[in-house]
Amino acid sequence: MNLRLTLLTAGRVLRQIRGDHRTVALMIVVPCVLIGLLAWIFNATPFVFDHIGPALLGVFPFVVMFIVTSVATLRERTSGTLERLLTTRIGKGDFMAGYALAFGFMAVVQALVATGFAVWVCGLDVAGPIWLLVVVAVADAVLGTALGLLASGFARTEFQAVQFMPAFVLPQFLLCGLLVARDALPDVLRWVSDALPLSYAVDAMKTITATSDALGDVGKDLVVIVGWIALALVLGSLTLRRRTP
Amino acid sequence: MVNNSYAVEVDHLRVTRGGRLVIPDLSVRIPTGQVVGLLGPSGGGKSTFIRAVVGVQVVESGTVTVLGEPAGSQGLRHRVGYVTQSPSVYADLTVADNVRYFGRIAGVDEAAVQEAIALVDLPSHATARVENLSGGQHSRASLACALVGRPDLLVLDEPTVGLDPVLRRDLWNLFGRLAAAGTSLLVSSHVMDEATRCDRLLLMREGEFLADTTPAQLLAETGAPDAEAAFLALIDRAASTAARSGGAGGSAA
Repeated sequence: MNLRLTLLTAGRVLRQIRGDHRTVALMIVVPCVLIGLLAWIFNATPFVFDHIGPALLGVFPFVVMFIVTSVATLRERTSGTLERLLTTRIGKGDFMAGYALAFGFMAVVQALVATGFAVWVCGLDVAGPIWLLVVVAVADAVLGTALGLLASGFARTEFQAVQFMPAFVLPQFLLCGLLVARDALPDVLRWVSDALPLSYAVDAMKTITATSDALGDVGKDLVVIVGWIALALVLGSLTLRRRTP
Repeated sequence: MVNNSYAVEVDHLRVTRGGRLVIPDLSVRIPTGQVVGLLGPSGGGKSTFIRAVVGVQVVESGTVTVLGEPAGSQGLRHRVGYVTQSPSVYADLTVADNVRYFGRIAGVDEAAVQEAIALVDLPSHATARVENLSGGQHSRASLACALVGRPDLLVLDEPTVGLDPVLRRDLWNLFGRLAAAGTSLLVSSHVMDEATRCDRLLLMREGEFLADTTPAQLLAETGAPDAEAAFLALIDRAASTAARSGGAGGSAA
């Protein structure tokens, strides 16, 4: 790993994103629209929005970043730029970390805008510190990026890459405690839920909403999420092969 | 320049791709400071050979030594420039941004970036996004990304395919200038006319070299008027040799 090469790659990825105004708009606007829609749906029962809203603030960046990253990296694989890059000084770690850093930066912007919109426009009621909400949202987004990088290793076409989204994300969504509290799940499903990273993301968001002194519990959730990010990045870099058959 | 007598040394290379034996047993020495043309029909194993030289091909057996080190090793990463067959640059970035990215990876300064863009004659399009360029400009942008690091060995897979004659001539002139300055070049092409622009020729067919020679020698040995005819003569000769040895084997059995 080389910090200079990692930063070069992150800069290049950001320059690519910056040139694609529509993608930038989708990344920033879509979470806000969805949160606004949710607030509107539960207009008559604001306590439901206060319950679900923060959890979704964790889920949206995860989903968006997963799709964007898996397609972007797959494009590198199919266009030949990855093969070329791997003949240069760039290491697999530089490549992975460069992408994680670039999309992590986008995640910060997205999380700031989405959280601000939820709290100040939609009137989301949060007991804990709002900055912590942003931190967890960013961690979720980077988690989406890391899993997207991993998933792209198993996709041959962009069609497949997009199909991986429901395959990777929906089971986690169903089991994360948003639809049914995790305690109420059948034993086997609860164990699975305990292993999946999105469960911890949603737990953390719920804790921040409910308690003002959330830092300790949220910290533990964040450790699990960061562990998953590291694991996904390491597994993802294993799918990058300098030599291919 | 490092004092190696050969840019590339290949011994008993054997490569299988997708269950097909593409290169059965290949050995060759490629000298430094020359433009070496790798010519032959499509599907003859040129790209596979090139991928083995830059070290991105899984090889079954044999050794490939580049500038004195095993192909693809860490020490070669900044000494070998590789251009894949399809132009592998970022279509959503400008020419300058692409060249700058690959240049910075190689550790060169902005002057070298501008110089590489000038070498492929793209200064007027430096700020244009690659996706808005023509096919020829696209592949020249890809070439600039390999030139920018000032590699000792340039490996180019079909760099002139689909280009107009003027552009092709300009590129071959550029290759000649680079070689004169000490760069070794391995350039593949399926256009036989381009053989005359090379210092040395490797004629490849079905994973084997039919000839490892100079353009002048090739014409002298085959008595053919041009490279294309010479290549066909060599194929016929190889076929008749194979038929004879096949016939001999048949009578012995």
